[in-house]
Formats: sequence, C-alpha cells, structure tokens
Amino acid sequence: MSSVILRNVVKRFHKFTAVHKTSLEIPDGAFVTLLGPSGCGKTTNLRMIAGLLDPSEGEILIGGKAVNNVPIHKRNLGIVFQNYALFPHKTVAENVAFGLKYRNVPKAEIAGRVQKALDLVQLPHVGARYPKALSGGQQQRIALARAIVIEPDVLLLDEPLSALDANLREDMRVELKRIQDQIGVTTVFVTHDQSEALAMSDSIVVMSAGRVEQMGSPDEVYNNPASEFVANFLGASNILPAQCSTRGADGAVLELAPFGKVPIPAEKAQRLSDAGPAKLVLRAEKLQVLPQGAAPEGVITTPATVETVDYQGQTVRYFLRLGDRQLQAINMIDDKPFEEGAAVQIGFRPKDCSALPGEAE
Amino acid sequence: MGWFLIRGYAILVYIFMFLPVAVVVLLSFNASQFGAFPMTGFSFRWFVELAQNEAILRAFRTSVILGLLTALISTTLGVLASLALVRYRVPGANLVSTLLIAPILVPEVVLAVALLLFLNVLGVNKSFALLLFGHVIFTLPFVILVVQARLVAIRRDVEEAAMSLGASPMQTFFQITLPLMLPAVLAGGLFAFTISFDDITGTLFWKPGGVETVPTQIFAMLRNSISPEINALGTVMIVMTVGLPLLGAAIARQLSKKSG
Ligand SMILES: Nc1ncnc2c1ncn2[C@@H]1O[C@H](COP(=O)(O)OP(=O)(O)OP(=O)(O)O)[C@@H](O)[C@H]1O
Ligand SMILES: [Mg+2]
Repeated sequence: MSSVILRNVVKRFHKFTAVHKTSLEIPDGAFVTLLGPSGCGKTTNLRMIAGLLDPSEGEILIGGKAVNNVPIHKRNLGIVFQNYALFPHKTVAENVAFGLKYRNVPKAEIAGRVQKALDLVQLPHVGARYPKALSGGQQQRIALARAIVIEPDVLLLDEPLSALDANLREDMRVELKRIQDQIGVTTVFVTHDQSEALAMSDSIVVMSAGRVEQMGSPDEVYNNPASEFVANFLGASNILPAQCSTRGADGAVLELAPFGKVPIPAEKAQRLSDAGPAKLVLRAEKLQVLPQGAAPEGVITTPATVETVDYQGQTVRYFLRLGDRQLQAINMIDDKPFEEGAAVQIGFRPKDCSALPGEAE
Repeated sequence: MGWFLIRGYAILVYIFMFLPVAVVVLLSFNASQFGAFPMTGFSFRWFVELAQNEAILRAFRTSVILGLLTALISTTLGVLASLALVRYRVPGANLVSTLLIAPILVPEVVLAVALLLFLNVLGVNKSFALLLFGHVIFTLPFVILVVQARLVAIRRDVEEAAMSLGASPMQTFFQITLPLMLPAVLAGGLFAFTISFDDITGTLFWKPGGVETVPTQIFAMLRNSISPEINALGTVMIVMTVGLPLLGAAIARQLSKKSG
C-alpha cells in the first residue's frame, strides 16, 4: 500500500491540453474519487498514474518513489476497467491467477489465493467458467478479484460501475466499498456520478476542464463548495449575487436583497477575503418553501411565487419566481405540495449558506 | 411467376459453373482409356497411375513445399504488419495499408511481369526463392485483411489489463493477443496456402526452368493430350483447395466457440 502524489502534472495531446498543471496528494489507504463531467481529464489522470500515458510535464510518485520511468507492468497496480477487460480465452480462475504468475508465487499457493479472492467478491463457485458465461455484474466482480489478488500498491478504477444497470450499481457500490475497507488498499476511483462519489469516498477531487476545482471530504465539497462549478455539479444550488458588508474572524455578513442581512459562519466564509462583492451559495435542498406569512425561528424569509412544480414522489422540486430571478428548491413532501402559481414564503437558515467571492461590477 | 424465373435462372448459372467440375470428378473414376464419356466402369485406376507418375509427384511436392513456406512467411509478415498498422499507429499507416493491399487490386499478369522486369534490372536470375517471393507478395494482402479485421476487434484494454498485472508487452502478446487472434492467423495461413497451391499465372512467369508446380504441370500435360490422369489430378486439387479452407473454418469456429 502506498500514497500517490501528482506534482505539477500536465498532459497535452498535440496542442490540446487535457490536464492543466495538477498537484494532488492521495494518502496511503484512502479512497479518493476523481469526479467531473465528461472530458474533464479524469481518465487521463488515472492512465498517467497507471503508466498507460506519459505525463507531458511533472512528476508522479507512488509510495514516495518517482514512477515516471517505470513501465506499467512494473508498477504493481490493480486496474479495473469500465468494460471489465477479462481475458475471454481464459477461465475465471485463470483470469484471477494471471497476475500471480508474474510474481513468483509458488504454484501450490496460487489456487488458494485465487479461491480467497473469489470468496472476497462472493463468487466462490465460478472458477471453471469462461467470462462470457457470467453476467455483467459478475464479470465486474471477477475483474475486481483479478486486480486485488496481486495485493497491489494502488487500486485504480475507471467508472467500473457505469456498465451495470441502476440496481446492480448500488449493490456493487456497497460491495466495492466493503472490499476496499477490508483490504485497506489506496484507491483512486473515477466517476461522473456524484452520488457514487459522495457515498464511497474518503475524499473527492472535483475536476473541470482539466483542472482540479476542489479536493475535500464529501461533506466539505457538498456543503462548502470552493466554486460555483462545484456547487452546481454536486446537486443543484442557487448562486445569488450579494454584497459583503463585514468580514471578521467570526465570519462575514452578506447583504442579500430582498432577504436582508445574512451572517455566514467563519468556516463557510473562508474563501471570502474582504468586504465587497460576493456570492451566496444556497443548496436547493436548504431553501424552504413555506405557507404565506410563516416565519419560523432562525429562518430568513421573503415572499415569492411558485412557477413550476416538479413532483418526484418523496420530494418535490419547485422553481420559484423572486423578482427577476428564478430560484430552485427541493423539499420533502409533507402533506401535499404547493400548486403552481401559489404565493408562498421562501426562506433559509444562514448557517446553511456559504459565501464565494463575487465579481466586481 | 417472376420469382420462379429468377430461381430457374439461378439454378442454370450454378449448373453452368459447377457442371464442368462435376464432370471432371466423375470422369476421374472412369475406367475407360479416354478422358471422355461414355463411362465404361468405376475405377481408381487413374489415381493409382497418378501416384506412380514421377513428374506429377515432384510437382506435387514442389507445390506443397512452396505453399507451406508461403503460408509461413506470409502469416508471420501479415501478423507483424497488422500489429504495426492497428496497434502502433505508424506514421502514414493508411498509405502503407493501401500499398500492402494493392497486389489484390493489380491484375496478376501485371504484377508478375513487373516483378520479373524489376528483378531483371537488378540482374537476379529466376529461382525458387523468387517464386516464393512472388507468392508471398501475392498472398500477403489476404492474410493482412483477415488478421487486421480480427485485431481491430480485440479490445486494447484487455492487453492493458494484462500489462497492469505484470506481463511485459512481449508476454502480453504471446499470452493474450496471439491466442485471441489465432483463428484469424490460421485462416490467413490457410488462405495463403490454397492461393499459392493453385496459382498458375504468376507461377508461369516466375518459376525457374525445370521446376513445375501442380497447376503448371497440368498445364504442360494438357498441351500434349487430355489424359484421364488429369481428371484424377483435378479431383485431388478440388479436394485440397475446397477441403482445406472448410477444415480451417471448422477449426477456427471451434477455437472461437471456446473464447467467444
Ligand atoms: N489520445 C488522445 N488524443 C487526443 N485527445 C485526447 C486523447 N485522450 C483524451 N483526449 C482528450 O482529453 C480530454 C480528457 O479526456 P478524458 O478521457 O480524460 O476525459 P474523462 O474525464 O475521462 O471523460 P469521460 O467521463 O467521458 O470518460 C478530452 O477532451 C479528450 O477528448
Ligand atoms: Mg473517462
């Protein structure tokens, strides 16, 4: 097991820069997810760590050693590919045993280790079958078994669940996390599915257009996004232009029309350095839609109109009209939802907001 | 009514194509002195005579050796060329690909004369090696087409998975890539063998004096007389050139059934 470090890594394809200067530190034993929209460079980063691509600039260290000049077959990595990439002409047991052959594992020991790996992925009886006699989910488990049986220093997974259907994906997600916890291997996981990232990771690296936007725990990236992009990529957020009137040690006070003064706690205002233009980030789930005239304790409110109602069973998503602005709210349904055109009171608690620097006008 | 006509027409075309072949096969078992109808009885006589004809046996041996060498060299070169074209994206891959396939498109006579003239300029004499060289050029495109098609279908990530597990690029090739393209490699080799085995145009131009392959031997014998032996030889040729590819296809199917 080892840490993975990227130091000022850049990757260019001809003139196109797929990964801009990126520095990352993935601690030993951590489960880190690279999250971002299609084409943002997640796979490129992963393939550079794997040794399937050479970085154009910068250095990659695994377990403290620079590996830029180490070819992939000497890096001792476990890789799980999106389409499983099992060897179709070998049985499941031969697939899993493949990596052991190159590690001078005594013949007598191989069978036992293969069986242990198959047990770990809960497919103990399929060793004699060929991959095509397995379902997609089973194939992916075998691919995982094949990658971990060699006791890799780092486990790399590129959207391993995306070829599975929705239910199976959730099961596999739990399974994968359980196995990772059990063997404690440093894991880099690539996905563009935010719920996967939030559910599984110790730490999430949010990427956009070849750059790292934020790295932090799921709670941090979710509740305290470092940029507008992060706020919107992980669920829906309302980004409201505001004015910071006071910036002190215990936080900041934002003037937000027509709500009034919003005191932001210090840890959620850390990205705001000075008084001046600012942006208030309010997650759609934190914007409450209330009956007219309601004013619960600690909630800042203002009147608004319901424009669109998007009923989703347990929850409802409202699009609300507030002056010339449209806001989004996602609320639990209690009793029954408001109707389109209804006049309502909307509000939020200041501690649910975070602040970002705004552009000067 | 229209369909009836079309079907009838199709049957006539098949008869036109295969009747002569059927006649040859039939007459090869004719007991008569003359290689013609009427049949006077069933006999293996002409096959026995064939087996005792020194010239034909020599031609047969030459053809088999030539075919095997052609298949071996063409397949090796074809696999290497396909790998370079598909996996390593050599610069100018399209041009190289077209050039390698070109011998199929050029009329064989033109190819044959061109190679001969070229070697004449270089002052190289006709030899068995030249004949082999010609056959390799001529069969290589078929091997490349078959192998390339298969290689494109082998996913790159399967090879990457092998390397990530510790196999060097060379080990990956022998453990993963080659077994996966084996059906195509065998098919390519069989193609090369059969094409070489019944080629006559190029062979007539390239063969050194005194060396005969089966087709050129038949050709030479036909100039003197139509001996019933030729019918027997024709039957043997048909069995080989039709049977071998069928056998190959069966083996390939068996192999790919296992690996899917
Ligand atoms: N071999 C290549 N040659 C040229 N451009 C490439 C190459 N590989 C990737 N790119 C480009 O680099 C960018 C990042 O690609 P990458 O595959 O890392 O995206 P990704 O974040 O994994 O996206 P996805 O979620 O769709 O898999 C893309 O714009 C892609 O077009
Ligand atoms: Mg990708």
